[in-house]
Amino acid sequence: MSLLPILDVVLAGLVIGVAIFTITARELFASVVGYVAYGLLLAFVWIRLYAPDVALTEAAVGSGVTGVLLITAGKRLGALKNAAPEAQPGFAFKLLTGVLAALVASALGAVILMLPDPPPSLAPEAAAAADGAGAGLGNPITAVLMSYRSLDTMLEKIVLILAVVGVWSVGTDKAWGSAPAPLRQQEPYAPMVFLAQMLAPVGALIAIHIFWTGANAPGGAFQGGALLAAMWMVTMMARLTDPPRIDTQWLRVALVAGPAVFLISGLAGEVVAGAFFAYPPSLAKPIILFIEAFMVLSIAAALPMLVAGPPSERPD
Amino acid sequence: MIALLDLFSIAAISAGTFFFLAGTVGLLRFPDSLTRLHALTKADNLGLGLVALGLIPHADSALSALKLIVIWVLVLLSGGSTSQLIGRALRRGRK
Amino acid sequence: MNELLLAAAGLIVLMVAIGLARILLGSNDVERLMAVQLLGTGGIAALLLIAQATNVPGVEDVALGLALLAAFASIAFINLLDVDQGDAEA
Repeated sequence: MSLLPILDVVLAGLVIGVAIFTITARELFASVVGYVAYGLLLAFVWIRLYAPDVALTEAAVGSGVTGVLLITAGKRLGALKNAAPEAQPGFAFKLLTGVLAALVASALGAVILMLPDPPPSLAPEAAAAADGAGAGLGNPITAVLMSYRSLDTMLEKIVLILAVVGVWSVGTDKAWGSAPAPLRQQEPYAPMVFLAQMLAPVGALIAIHIFWTGANAPGGAFQGGALLAAMWMVTMMARLTDPPRIDTQWLRVALVAGPAVFLISGLAGEVVAGAFFAYPPSLAKPIILFIEAFMVLSIAAALPMLVAGPPSERPD
Repeated sequence: MIALLDLFSIAAISAGTFFFLAGTVGLLRFPDSLTRLHALTKADNLGLGLVALGLIPHADSALSALKLIVIWVLVLLSGGSTSQLIGRALRRGRK
Repeated sequence: MNELLLAAAGLIVLMVAIGLARILLGSNDVERLMAVQLLGTGGIAALLLIAQATNVPGVEDVALGLALLAAFASIAFINLLDVDQGDAEA
């Protein structure tokens, strides 16, 4: 199969080309579009590396949500037209940043190229431990995330909540408790509303399917939650709904539900199965799916709140 | 039977690739943003549809085959609506 | 059969590369939006072909997710451009 290396080379060249464009683009909009394109291409690369779960997460979070976050932030800063000359970073600063980035990249490249053959890996150990914890899941990645490394996963979700709190605290004191600014300022536009009305239900169904199938096939809570978040943002961007007030009860419960259920299950494991975060072997899969369901809820609530931004004062 | 399915796949995928080729040629050669948008949306969507059609005989299960069709319908729907939005933005940018 | 799938995938990736070069380098902001469209269709097609040829499981879900995200990113960018171009009429 001599076609495969050629394909890989073309793909790698494309990724590098898009990356160079993203860094050297003159305007913020162009570089964010380049960044989103780069993320989608990276998802492709992950598929070539036989990692469909990572591909989906990269596309959903690394390119989709982060791209929208960048463009929304740039819009808020008003940085889309060329900034005032004195606000631009100086040439020395840019050079330093470039040199540091190049150093990190070459260090990573050197490490990969100098790996012994076969490279050392924790994968067999993790897979064995995940099986041994009685997980009984068909997808080893989900087993590792939710059983072998469950504490890490729970802490990640707590970090997400902290990020939302951080974003909310940027708002002014007077605005605390009100809703963030709508994601679209203009009047609703019919084709966009149509697309949102068609896309959001289908997308929500697909997101829940991807979450549910993550127990046995590529997928999982994070990917499903990120897609669900994207669908909610689609309805907000089409002006079908508006961002909720940040002091609403359901929003805060939704945000905290995931890590809370996770923590309670971990503590219950102490009592029921003898160790923190241990699952009783016969019940492991249902418990994991139960926890993951709440994690999907939390992620789907947290990511749009990050994009929506701090609460803003309404003129009324 | 298997050979017939393979032939069908080859025909569909080749046609799909041809449409992608046509779409890119249009993207490069058409004079105007709106016409380039037209080439991109129509030809590439059709190419994706034919490729998905060609992969259906090779799907692992009925559910996988169904997902391939859903992918195409989804891309068609979003492509059609998004091209309307882009077209409007292009027209307003002219003023 | 696999060779054909890989060849088709390679051609499509090449088309996407050429299209991206044309769109990203030589045009204005609005046209750059079309890059997301291009990747949404061409990228998904090449993805399906390559995954079929190299036996990666579960790729239809990834393609579904990519289709949703391409639409989501396009809507977000359009919204931004609408802000830029002012609000003359709805």
